[in-house]
Amino acid sequence: MSLRSPLGRVLGHGSARQGVHHWWSLRTTSAALVLLGAWFIFALLTRPDLGHATVSAWIAKPVTAVLLGLFVAVATWHSALGVQVVIEDYVHAKGPRVAALVASRFLHALVGVAAVFAILRIALGGAA
Amino acid sequence: MSTRTRPLSPHLQVYRPMYTMVLSISHRITGVFQSVGLLLLAWWLVAAASGPDAYASAARLFSNPLVKLLLAGWAVAFWYHFFAGIRHLVWDAGYGFDKPAARRSGQAVVVATALASLFTLALAWRHLGGAA
Repeated sequence: MSLRSPLGRVLGHGSARQGVHHWWSLRTTSAALVLLGAWFIFALLTRPDLGHATVSAWIAKPVTAVLLGLFVAVATWHSALGVQVVIEDYVHAKGPRVAALVASRFLHALVGVAAVFAILRIALGGAA
Repeated sequence: MSTRTRPLSPHLQVYRPMYTMVLSISHRITGVFQSVGLLLLAWWLVAAASGPDAYASAARLFSNPLVKLLLAGWAVAFWYHFFAGIRHLVWDAGYGFDKPAARRSGQAVVVATALASLFTLALAWRHLGGAA
């Protein structure tokens, strides 16, 4: 057993070099989401109705497709970064922690790609 | 692990819950709650892209009273995380750290959340078909 403290072991090794990027990404995405999120809530709820025809026609509009695509992409990114911090703070055992981090990344990738693909399909045609 | 047997500094359970403390953890809880909401949003978009039938079955789920209540919860969580997030950005810029300012900005977040949530729920009312 090593008598060195965790701090002693990492001193001199430098940082993992990801911290500032993670921190800054979380802030820039949050600033973008202030604009995109407010737009999304307001634009969605002011539709005349939320039936399939109305919603599809709305999403197919270029401005909507771009802003909605940005919204889901940035929200997914922000969510991935945020959930990562929560897992790192509360899951202490190494195995479950790595498993949770990887699972979160996979799920966020799936959600982001699915949402953006759905928007593109509606906007570019091909949707039933 | 050697760190496990060391004495711990006083933690959550020894402190009286404070206003600012509750607001702080609420930011995390509403954030995680919205990550779950993102799943629902993606699913809704995929349903819309899959055609009227898939969309109709998604709409059926949204007409469930329990889901309506969850959606209302998401609206509140959205605005709380929105305003508390702005509060965090102001802190990150280096302002508003002293106790009275932190308490005032916390109260502003709660009031803004209440107003924006009421406005959102009023807009959503006709889409939810009345009672949530």
